[in-house]
Amino acid sequence: MIEICDVHKSFGDLEVLKGIDLEVKKGEVVSVIGGSGSGKSTLLYCINGIEDIQQGKIVVDEVDVHAKATNQDRLRQKLGMVFQQWNSFPHLTVLENAALAPRIVLKKSKKEATEVARQELTHVGLGDKFDEYPSRMSGGQQQRLAIARALAMKPDYMLFDEVTSALDPELVGEVLDTLRMLRDDGMTMICVTHEIGFAREVSDKVAFFHQGIIEEIGSPEQVISNPCQETTRKFLSKVLH
Amino acid sequence: MDYVFHWNIVFAKMPQLLHGAFVTLHVSVLSMLLGIVIAVLLAIARMSDSKKISLPATIWVEIARNTPALFHIYMAYFGLGAFGIHLSPYFAVLSALVFVNAGYLTETFRGGFQSIPPTQYHASKSLGMTSMQAYMYIILPQMFRRIYHPMTNQFVWSILMSSLGILVGMNELSGETQRLQSLSFRTLEFFIVAAVMYFIITRFVLFAASLIAGRVFRGDV
Ligand SMILES: Nc1ncnc2c1ncn2[C@@H]1O[C@H](COP(=O)(O)OP(=O)(O)O)[C@@H](O)[C@H]1O
Ligand SMILES: [Mg+2]
Repeated sequence: MIEICDVHKSFGDLEVLKGIDLEVKKGEVVSVIGGSGSGKSTLLYCINGIEDIQQGKIVVDEVDVHAKATNQDRLRQKLGMVFQQWNSFPHLTVLENAALAPRIVLKKSKKEATEVARQELTHVGLGDKFDEYPSRMSGGQQQRLAIARALAMKPDYMLFDEVTSALDPELVGEVLDTLRMLRDDGMTMICVTHEIGFAREVSDKVAFFHQGIIEEIGSPEQVISNPCQETTRKFLSKVLH
Repeated sequence: MDYVFHWNIVFAKMPQLLHGAFVTLHVSVLSMLLGIVIAVLLAIARMSDSKKISLPATIWVEIARNTPALFHIYMAYFGLGAFGIHLSPYFAVLSALVFVNAGYLTETFRGGFQSIPPTQYHASKSLGMTSMQAYMYIILPQMFRRIYHPMTNQFVWSILMSSLGILVGMNELSGETQRLQSLSFRTLEFFIVAAVMYFIITRFVLFAASLIAGRVFRGDV
């Protein structure tokens, strides 16, 4: 379970998160929607400890992410993250991309690491690309590689930060299909997304971010179909045309 | 145009010339290795937010890049001599080359490092890697292949510039050639052979470098 309590986060004088409360239970899919600059990415970075926070608390499976005693490198092993830019490692083959962290972080043998990498890559439909270099693949394939690379660590949670926003429209579908598949596998996920239709379809909960606070949160029916806040309605009418 | 070439005199001195070539290679390899170590430290210093740390590194880089290498050799040999510090010709040339190599390589390293998007580091960390692992496996390998060619160029530069050792009586290839030709007066022959040897040394270095690159660097960046 991920518990986020009254989190405040500033960059210098700029307060980006102004008191965020959010709970994500095991097996839940939570979508985060909202305008650009509202702090959605920052929240994900805070959850996996890449960014620190000024106030409040984020607890993952009883471990306080930002406590001094916490080994954040170890904590990140169970928090997979995929970014808007896929960030493939360009000097490694597809298989090496996915096998590296299991080998050096989880200390698996080369054989075991390769095996788990093969499985995850096949799972996301890259079973015929093991020896390819990422730069020779489409954005959609690279994004699926990023997902498989994170899954090879056998994380308990996956954080997705607008993973389809940088893709050509015709490639969005294959990545969303991969996310649907993960949901069906029972993965616990936080998806920051602009794909409102997708959020409505897969989410247990939708949170609408506005200027550093959660303006509205609830089931997809509540937040997307019948929003009660004016700002939510405005945002939705903009992204849904 | 009735110059008659006498190559036998040159070939008779081949052992000395080869020794000179060895010293040339020796001093340039060492100047690269030391230059790289110092350049890594200077590059880190230059990227520091603290002016106190970055300024000395900047001054080093600017002097090294904007003044003639010959002056650095003279400074090391005659300049320090004036203060009672007497370097051998070998160490005078070595320290001058190290000084310049470090200056140029600092900028190469800094540029290479800054050309790796910070998101590569974030992606590594998000997979649970320690900072050390992220640098070892992700950042440095990519950086290294970007700076590889500027580095081999610097190596070739060191080989050629070590010929300035001739001016302080160092026994590297040029100094040795100078000494031998003055004994025999076959100036042209000796310098032609020396030029060919320089050419072979630099081609060899470039060839070895591309061989290593082909083995180590796969994929695209
Ligand atoms: N590293 C940073 N340093 C300074 N400001 C930042 C940094 N990262 C994000 N911000 C600022 O924080 C605000 C929220 O950014 P972000 O979380 O990326 O928004 P979103 O993902 O919702 O578009 C923006 O105003 C952005 O400019
Ligand atoms: Mg964002």
